[in-house]
Amino acid sequence: MGAAIITNLPALLVVVPLLLAPVSALLPSAHLAWMLTLIGAGSSFIAALMLQSITETGVRISYHLGNWEPPWGIEFVVDSATSLTLVVMTGLGFLATLAARRLVASEINDKDSGKFYAAWMLVSGGLFGLVLTADAFNLFVFLEISALSSVILIGMGAGTDRRALVAGYHYLVIGAVGATFYVIGVGFIYAMTGTLNMGDMAARIPEAGGNAVLYVGFGFMVAGMLVKAAIFPVHIWLPAAYSYAPSAVSTLLAAIATKAALYVLARILFTIFGGVPEIVDIAVTNVIVPLAIGGIFVGTIMAIYEADIKKMFAHSSVAQIGYIALGLGLATPAGISAGFIHIGNHALIKGGIFMAIGGFVAALGARASLDNITGIGRRMPLTATAFLICGLSLAGLPLTAGFISKLYLVRAILETESYLILALVLISSALSVVYLWKIMEVMWMQPAPVRSPKLVENPAIYLPLWIVAFGNIWFGIDASWLVAAARFASTALLGGGA
Amino acid sequence: MMSLQTAMLVGLLAPLVVALLTPFLAVRHVWRDAAGPIGGVITFIAALEVAMAVLDGQTPRLFVAQIAEGLAIEFAVTPLGAIFGLVASGLWILAALYTVGYMRGNHEKYQTRFAAFYAVAVHAAMAVAWSGNLLVLFIFYEILTFSTYPLVTHKESAVARNAGRLYMSILVGTSVVLLLPAVVWVWFSTGTLDFRPGGYLAGQIDPAMAPILLGLFAFGVGKAALMPIHRWLPAAMVAPTPVSALLHAVAVVKAGVFTILTVVVYVFGIDFLAETGAADWLVWLAAFTILASSMVAITKDDIKARLAYSTISQLSYIILGAAIASSIAVQGATLHIVMHAAGKITLFFCAGAIYVQAHLTKISELDGQGREMPWVFAAFFIGALSIIGIPPLGGSWSKFMLMVGAVEAGYLLILGVLGLSSLLNIYYLLEPVSRGFFRPKVKTVEVTSHPLVVIPPVLTAILSLLLFFYVDFFAALAKLMVIS
Repeated sequence: MGAAIITNLPALLVVVPLLLAPVSALLPSAHLAWMLTLIGAGSSFIAALMLQSITETGVRISYHLGNWEPPWGIEFVVDSATSLTLVVMTGLGFLATLAARRLVASEINDKDSGKFYAAWMLVSGGLFGLVLTADAFNLFVFLEISALSSVILIGMGAGTDRRALVAGYHYLVIGAVGATFYVIGVGFIYAMTGTLNMGDMAARIPEAGGNAVLYVGFGFMVAGMLVKAAIFPVHIWLPAAYSYAPSAVSTLLAAIATKAALYVLARILFTIFGGVPEIVDIAVTNVIVPLAIGGIFVGTIMAIYEADIKKMFAHSSVAQIGYIALGLGLATPAGISAGFIHIGNHALIKGGIFMAIGGFVAALGARASLDNITGIGRRMPLTATAFLICGLSLAGLPLTAGFISKLYLVRAILETESYLILALVLISSALSVVYLWKIMEVMWMQPAPVRSPKLVENPAIYLPLWIVAFGNIWFGIDASWLVAAARFASTALLGGGA
Repeated sequence: MMSLQTAMLVGLLAPLVVALLTPFLAVRHVWRDAAGPIGGVITFIAALEVAMAVLDGQTPRLFVAQIAEGLAIEFAVTPLGAIFGLVASGLWILAALYTVGYMRGNHEKYQTRFAAFYAVAVHAAMAVAWSGNLLVLFIFYEILTFSTYPLVTHKESAVARNAGRLYMSILVGTSVVLLLPAVVWVWFSTGTLDFRPGGYLAGQIDPAMAPILLGLFAFGVGKAALMPIHRWLPAAMVAPTPVSALLHAVAVVKAGVFTILTVVVYVFGIDFLAETGAADWLVWLAAFTILASSMVAITKDDIKARLAYSTISQLSYIILGAAIASSIAVQGATLHIVMHAAGKITLFFCAGAIYVQAHLTKISELDGQGREMPWVFAAFFIGALSIIGIPPLGGSWSKFMLMVGAVEAGYLLILGVLGLSSLLNIYYLLEPVSRGFFRPKVKTVEVTSHPLVVIPPVLTAILSLLLFFYVDFFAALAKLMVIS
C-alpha cells in the first residue's frame, strides 16, 4: 500500500485535488469545504516533499499514466527542476489555504464557499499537472483547467468590487489567446516530429535542422507561455486580475500561478528545444531578456505611481517575474539557477505580502490604499510587521530571502559580462525600494486618521503570515537547500531529455 | 576573564539585548535609560578583551551560519576592526548617558523607540567592525542604514520625512547599485570574500579594471560621504543631536570609511594599489572633497550643518590615507578614525548641550554665551583643536602621519592641501568659541542647567587630550594592519 502510494505520487498530486474539487462543491458548510481543501493542500505538499527527496540529487522519475507506454500514453516526469517547482507551489499553496479561511469568510458569500474551494483545488491540480506532464498536448489541457478555474476565482471578487468581473474577463480572453498560441505551436512541432511526448520531440528536433516549421512552432509555443507567465508587454491581464480578485486568490495566484508558466517556459526553451541552441539563443537574447528588463522597469515604475496597495504589488509582480525571466533568459547554468532561486523566494515574498494586504482589507472592511492605511503600523502591529519583513525581502535587504536572489542573479549576470543588463537590474532594484518605502512611511510615520475605528487582527490570518515572514528570514540566512536544489534544477533542465 | 568567543558574542549581542529589552523596560523610565549606559560598558569591556587578543597577534573568530556554499556569516576581528569596535562601543557609553539628558531635557516624544533603534544601530556598527568577510560587512552596513532611518525621521515632521527619503535613497541607492556589484565582482573573480592580510586581488583581476572596482567601492560606500554623494549627511542633521553625535560623527560615517580602509588593506592590498596606481584618482577626489566641504562649512551658520560639512571633510582625510596606499598613510588614516571620533563627538555633544540648555542653533547667536556655559565652550574648544590637529591633542598624530605618508608617496601637492585645510579648520571650528568668549552678548537667553548633557562632552574632550599621550595602544594596532 505504502509502496503503491509512493510509486503513484506524481499522479496523485494531480488527481487528488481534481477529485476533491466536486466533493467540496457539494459540501454544505464553508468550514468543511475549507478543511477538505486544507487536507488536500497539505497532502500535496507532503507528496511534493517526498518527490523532492527522491529527485534532489539528479534522479529522474518517469511515470506512465494508466501504464500506457509513451508516446501512446501520457508521461509525467519528475526531475530536480520539477520537484523544486512543485515544493514551492505546494508549500505556498498550503499556506495560502491556511490563511484562506478568514480571508474568504470576509469576502465571499457563505453559500458560494463550497464552489470557491472547488475552483481553488481545480486551479491547484491544474497547475501541478502543468508542471508534471511531459506531454505537450496534455500540458495544454492542464493550462485550460487552471485558466478557467482561475477566471472563476478572480470573478468571485465581484462580491466586493464589480471590477473583478472585467478583470476576470480580460484574463479569460488574453489567457485563451496565449493557450491557443501554445497549442498552434505544438501543432507545428507535432506535424514535424510526429510526437507529442516532450522527450521524443527533443530527440527529433535537432534532426530537422533549420526548418522554417521549427521556427514557427517554437515561436508560437514561446509566445503563448510569455502570455501565461505575464511577461511584459503581454502582462496586461495581471495587475487587474491580482488586484480585484479576492485576497485569498491573489495570495494563491501570486505565489503559484505564474511560477508554473515560467517553469514551462524554461522546459520549452531548454528541454524541448535544448538540442537546437542556435534557435533558443535567438529567442533569449532578442526577445526574452529585453522583455524581461522592460517588465522590470514598467512594473517597478507603475508600482511607484500606484496608490492602491494591492495593485501596487500586482505591478511589482510584473517586475519580479521579469527578474525570474531574466535569469532564465541568460541561458547559463548560473542564470537558470538564479531564476529558480527567485521562483522560490518570490513565491515566499509575494505570498506573504498579499496575505498581509488581505489582513488589512479584512480589518478595514475596504480596499487598502495609501490614504486609509496611515498609521496602521501601530494599529495592526503583528500584520504590519510581518508585511514589513516580506517587503524588506522584496527590496532585497540582506538576511532576507530576496537578498539571496539578488546576490545570485547579479553573479550570474557578471559571469556573462553583460554590464548594461547588470546596471539596469541594479538601478531597478534600487527603485523598488521607493514604492516599498512610500508604504512604510505611510504605515509608520503618519498618524492614523481621526475617529478611526479600532482594527482587529485575526490570528487565522497573521499566524500563516508569520510562517511566511519567518520563511523569508530563514531562507535569507540558510539558503543552502534552495541554492543546491536550484543548481540541480538547472542541470536537469540543461541536461536534455524531458 | 571571558573566553574570546564569549567576548565576541557579548560584544555583538549586548547592544541587541538592550534594544530588545528597551520596550519592556519602558515601564520605568529609569530602567530604560539605564540600559543604554550599562549595555555600553559591557560592550566596551568585551571590545577591549577582543582588542587585547588582536594586539597579541590572534584573530578572534566567531562562526554563525553557512548561507550557502562559499558564503558564510562569520566574524573575524582584524586590527582595524578591533579599533573601530573599541571606538564605537566606548563612545556609546557616553552617548547613551548624553541621550538620556538630551531626550529628557528636550521632552522628546517616542523615547522608547528612539532608545531601541539607537542600540540596534550600535549593534550593526559592532558587527560591521568585526565582520569576517565582505558579505557580512555588506549585510550589517545595510542594517545600519535601515536602523538609523527611524532615528533620522524621529521628529516625524515633513522636513524630517524628506531628509529621511534623501538619506535612504542615497545610502541604499549607492549600496545596491555600486557596492553590491563590487562585492559580487570580488566573489566572482576570486572565489572568496574573506579579508586577508596584504590583500589578495593582485593577479586575480586585470590591473586596468582595478580603478573601476575601487570606484564601485568608493562611491558604493555612501556612508563615507565622498563628494558628490555627501548630501545625505547634512540632511541627516535633522535627527536629534545624540544621533548626529554617535551615529553621524562616529558609527555610521566611520563604518563607511572603515569599509573603504578594509577593502584597500585586506582585499586589494596596499602594495597592489601602489604598484598599479589604481587609487591615484581617489587621492585627488578626496583632496577635492577635503577643501570643497571646508569651503561650504564656512558658509553655514547652523552649528550642526557646519559640523556636518566638517565631518565630510575629515572623512576624506581617511579616504585620502587609504588612497595614498602607503604603510604610514594607512596607519594615519586608521588613527584618524579614533581621533576624529573623539573630537567630533565632543563638538556635537556641545552643539546639543547648547540647544538643550539655551535653545540656540546658530553660530551668530553664540556671541557672549561662553560665559553662560563655560564647560561646554571649553570642551568645544578642545575638541576643535584636536580636529584641527594641534598638539598636545590626539588629532595631531593622525594628521602628522598622513602628511608624512603623502610626502613619502610623492604627493607633495597633497601636503599643500592638508595645510590649507588646517587653516580653514581653524577658521570655521574656532569661530563659535571666539564668538562665545570674546564678543559681547547679542541675545539674552535663559540657560537651564542639565548636567547629563555637559559631563559627556567634558569627558570626551579630556579623552582627546589623553589620546595624545596614550596613542601607543592604537598605534600598535594600526601597525599590525600593514604587517602581513
